[in-house]
Amino acid sequence: MALSNVLETPVPGFNFDNAARNSALEGLFDGGQTPKPLKTGTTIAGVVFKDGVVLGADTRATSSEVVADKMCAKIHYIAPNIYCCGAGTAADTEKTTELLSSNLTIFSLNSGRHPRVVMAVNILQDMLYRYRGQIGASLILGGVDCTGNHLYTVGPYGSVNKVPFLAMGSGDLAALGILEDGFKPDLELEKAKELVRDAIHAGIMSDLGSGNNIDICVITRQGADYIRPYQESEYKDNRKMKYKYRSGTTSVLTEEVVPLQLEVVQETVQQMDTA
Amino acid sequence: MLEETGPEWLSEEVKTGTTIIAIEFNGGVVLGSDSRVSAGDSVVNRVMNKLSPLHDKIYCALSGSAADAQTIAEMVNYQLDVHSIEIDKDPRVRSAATLVRNISYKYKEELSAHLIVAGWDRRDGGQVFATLNGLLTRQPFAVGGSGSSYVYGYVDAEYRRNMNKEECQQFVLNTLSLAMNRDGSSGGVAYIVSIDEHSTEEKVILGNDLPTFFDQ
Repeated sequence: MALSNVLETPVPGFNFDNAARNSALEGLFDGGQTPKPLKTGTTIAGVVFKDGVVLGADTRATSSEVVADKMCAKIHYIAPNIYCCGAGTAADTEKTTELLSSNLTIFSLNSGRHPRVVMAVNILQDMLYRYRGQIGASLILGGVDCTGNHLYTVGPYGSVNKVPFLAMGSGDLAALGILEDGFKPDLELEKAKELVRDAIHAGIMSDLGSGNNIDICVITRQGADYIRPYQESEYKDNRKMKYKYRSGTTSVLTEEVVPLQLEVVQETVQQMDTA
Repeated sequence: MLEETGPEWLSEEVKTGTTIIAIEFNGGVVLGSDSRVSAGDSVVNRVMNKLSPLHDKIYCALSGSAADAQTIAEMVNYQLDVHSIEIDKDPRVRSAATLVRNISYKYKEELSAHLIVAGWDRRDGGQVFATLNGLLTRQPFAVGGSGSSYVYGYVDAEYRRNMNKEECQQFVLNTLSLAMNRDGSSGGVAYIVSIDEHSTEEKVILGNDLPTFFDQ
């Protein structure tokens, strides 16, 4: 039977190939200041409730001081029963989750089973550990499988924490305050959604790198409900976005026609094969 | 003003600034740990169980870099599983400790984790092994992690041979409590695992149930 990691067969043991490359790169830059990867400044949170898991995220992606994307999707699909929020370097979280999703789909097709959340966590941890923190992805994985409702976080260096509620990203300290205050085991669905919404809202209010809308994803045994956006920002702009003007708005004062003097320099004929 | 790089703890390595302890009594071992995981100044997980099973009657206590320690524990768990199937018996504690030591020694430049291995086997009873930096030594008790420095005096003075299981558990609890009070990187709740011939018992002692001393 084919292994689940078909796209990338891991070599046994620890792989430190990139460590040598990285220290060589550091030497190339003046003053040892390697370019820093762009981070999306984010608030993401997750809560385990009675019937499943609720994940939440803001939708702002920043590029230094400018908001690059107001409606960026930070909750990524992994499997029908597993979703993943990503904080850290946008490209890394995107690619890592796509790779994980592909591997798990292949596993599902091979074995005929739904993947378990712990399997997704193990594959992620394997990969992130092997890259020694060079992949800047902090991920919150939540899902429901035959063994129950699970919420895990995987750090960029490959450490795994299994907890009933958590928040990550630059706005996480604000969100964590709300979660610590409001979390109880076995919450009802509506209460859990409100709690996650409040947590993301706190992150948006207190952190410059988080903002705009709030996305929520509810995962239960019945399936996943990705509500995007769950709540829109009250600070929406009313730009028309259409800047076409009807002809005649600007009056024509003078008109001058100058024919271009062109001569034929070269003429070639290519036969077209119409047989 | 938006920070370009974001908060440091987002990219800083997650360490288990820790207090871990394992002691041997007549007929088994008791392991104990705190539950705080920090990334720089921020506590990332306040309820992490740092006592990780390697086999039914062999546990290890994690300290140092969280990722390194967790990975070593998982690798040794797998290797011990294979080994115990091959010999068709429960593995010896010394085998588990040797497997941990082999990884710690071979990759000593790249890894920064210290695992204390403790357990019970039929041949030698309860045993505690320290594997710091790739050495392998059997000791009556071992402490590790950043909080251990504060309690060396206490354990050296209070340890007695041939304690029974309850006295050992109390000794471990006292040590953990004292260390958590003094070490900024240790805290949370206390996890205790007691292994003997008949059972492996995992317990959590919540913060307000920990033993208190003169200043509390």
